[in-house]
Amino acid sequence: MTIPEQPAPSDEVVPLLKVAGLVKHFPITKGLLRRQVGAVQAVDGLTFDVRPGETLGVVGESGCGKSTMGRLITRLLEPTAGTIEFEGKDITHLGVAGMRPIRRDVQMIFQDPYSSLNPRHTVGTIVGAPFKLQGITPEGGVKKEVQRLLGLVGLNPEHYNRYPHEFSGGQRQRIGIARALALKPKLVVADEPVSALDVSIQAQVVNLLDDLQDELGLTYVIIAHDLSVIRHVSDRIAVMYLGKVVELTDRTSLYATPMHPYTKALLSAVPVPDPGRRKRGAASGGSGGRILLKGDVPSPIAPPSGCRFHTRCWKATEVCRQQEPPLQALRTGHQVACHHPENAPA
Amino acid sequence: MTAPLHDTGAAETAAVDVAAGVPAKAIEGRSPWRIAWIRLKRDKVALAGGVVVLLLILVAIFAPLIVSLLGHPPNDYHEDQIDALFGTPKGSWGGMNSDFLFGVEPVNGRDVFSRVVYGARVSLLVAFLSAVVAVLIGTVVGIVAGYFGGWVDAVISRIMDLLLAFPQLLFIIALVSVVPNSLWGLSGSGVRMAVLIAVIGFFGWPYVGRIVRGQTLSLREREYVEAARSLGAGRTYILFRELLPNLVAPITVYATLMIPTNVLTEAALSFLGAGVKPPTSSWGQMLSKAVTTYESDPTFMVIPGLAIFVTVLAFNLFGDGVRDALDPKGSR
Ligand SMILES: Nc1ncnc2c1ncn2[C@@H]1O[C@H](COP(=O)(O)OP(=O)(O)OP(=O)(O)O)[C@@H](O)[C@H]1O
Ligand code: SF4
Ligand SMILES: [Mg+2]
Repeated sequence: MTIPEQPAPSDEVVPLLKVAGLVKHFPITKGLLRRQVGAVQAVDGLTFDVRPGETLGVVGESGCGKSTMGRLITRLLEPTAGTIEFEGKDITHLGVAGMRPIRRDVQMIFQDPYSSLNPRHTVGTIVGAPFKLQGITPEGGVKKEVQRLLGLVGLNPEHYNRYPHEFSGGQRQRIGIARALALKPKLVVADEPVSALDVSIQAQVVNLLDDLQDELGLTYVIIAHDLSVIRHVSDRIAVMYLGKVVELTDRTSLYATPMHPYTKALLSAVPVPDPGRRKRGAASGGSGGRILLKGDVPSPIAPPSGCRFHTRCWKATEVCRQQEPPLQALRTGHQVACHHPENAPA
Repeated sequence: MTAPLHDTGAAETAAVDVAAGVPAKAIEGRSPWRIAWIRLKRDKVALAGGVVVLLLILVAIFAPLIVSLLGHPPNDYHEDQIDALFGTPKGSWGGMNSDFLFGVEPVNGRDVFSRVVYGARVSLLVAFLSAVVAVLIGTVVGIVAGYFGGWVDAVISRIMDLLLAFPQLLFIIALVSVVPNSLWGLSGSGVRMAVLIAVIGFFGWPYVGRIVRGQTLSLREREYVEAARSLGAGRTYILFRELLPNLVAPITVYATLMIPTNVLTEAALSFLGAGVKPPTSSWGQMLSKAVTTYESDPTFMVIPGLAIFVTVLAFNLFGDGVRDALDPKGSR
């Protein structure tokens, strides 16, 4: 059933970020001697590319390793195995000093706008920190540049001397965005950038990210725990389950013809604004309505054998319990890891 | 890429301005310290404590001046004030009069006022400096334990447990009895004070260390630490620029509450004869002298007792106020 790898047109583009076989296991230790008794297999073999100018959305339930993935590619964590290449340069094991120049190009936006800004620093200090840490003096001075950045993210530049507690959650997230953009990065990893915000403000911040991408030519990896936030902004979407990518394809294919049962379940949980579509979906087969996954995500300390989703999958068979399905392209640019994919080409 | 909602952030910005009650043109931020100060100013009890603390500090600093204006040299004998038959001060209330404001010491007739004023010097100096020693050691060791974790933390935590279980009073008394008369270029009472400061500070640091370690453990998980790392920050920057500013408040609180404890420790040690050497006066030493005469001259016991009581109370009230002002949610 495997279709031989076909060079798609977009594959000719040199990827900005190239991740291969990325693994992160957090050791679990016991006792005074800190003997290792096990490991949290937070990320267990990720392979994907991020192309310049695109937005890669990463979705998955809580605890499936999305943040760990984000922290690995920004090298806030040391990978257990695998490689990370940025612009063709292997950055997998670079130290603090080796990473410093690369940090100008790879930045991160954090999930919690309350914990991501130091409460004892003014906004000016926070947004000016990138220049200080990188030893850069922007044209016109740090203060002027910080004020320009504040304006860029829709904040009042006069609020330079204010402290984080004087801002709302949405404004704080804008401060975090200004900090991430200060060094004019190429790649921005946003870890659930709006999940801590009021629903009414989420769209504003997502739109801001979207506008900034066009304006500054940014490449995004945006992490989210459901599809509703990233459906509008992602060019391609990777679906993660228990430390692995189970499906990776462009947005249109993912919504029109999801192949992995888990993706289908995730999609069914997203409120569909168009009632006609829901009806068509319901008519098109047994699992077209809302799919409620039974049970919780299994522990990443002892993940299920074979396909990690088999404990919750309604299509699971013996082979699923025995053999791990490889992530492979069943259609051009549509990768999926499943023994019995949905919507599979005949 | 659809964009259902667009905004400039102006609406949100305006909303916060109204909430904070400042006009949109005000660009000065209200720092966490200024907010704490505003809160402290509203706490009248703490302010009263603070005023007394300030007065005590001024008394200690200007002791010679105050004594030259209102008293007599602290070591001068005034046997004319003493009833030759009983050795007690002449007149009631321990010999209080307009010349000897707090009366005189039994037997030798030294001016109690002057001795209490000079005693404040010893008391506060030892209490302050030993708190400084404890804070310095405790902060450095606590940050190291909290930030590096692992076996470093395990070892440091055990050492702190050990010191906290140590009978420090007995240790100090034993130590003072073997300390030579001159040490570190100091002599007499200077040596004793230096030893008191070093030892009280040394046994005090684990209290600070535990608090700093706990705070650091929780602070290092904050995302702003990761944000700094993602910008290329090294350890030094994170420890001193990101973590330390957030530790100053709890350390300040602990230091203000530690001073009264140190005042009491110093008094207890002086009472037991391990404090400064006579004739240098200290409150604890006055109390211990008063023990032998309290039946015939209770005033001589009440005065240094009151001095200790007022000092400890004022520092505690002020310290509690500082804690409430810095940590309105009340972590304890
Ligand atoms: N520093 C760590 N030490 C040990 N285990 C960790 C550590 N960080 C994460 N984990 C574990 O790794 C797993 C994946 O965590 P991760 O934070 O990457 O999930 P996530 O997909 O981002 O979830 P969420 O949506 O809740 O943010 C979890 O089981 C978590 O407990
Ligand atoms: S491999 Fe089997 S268990 Fe896993 S998702 Fe596919 S059908 Fe379900
Ligand atoms: Mg996460």
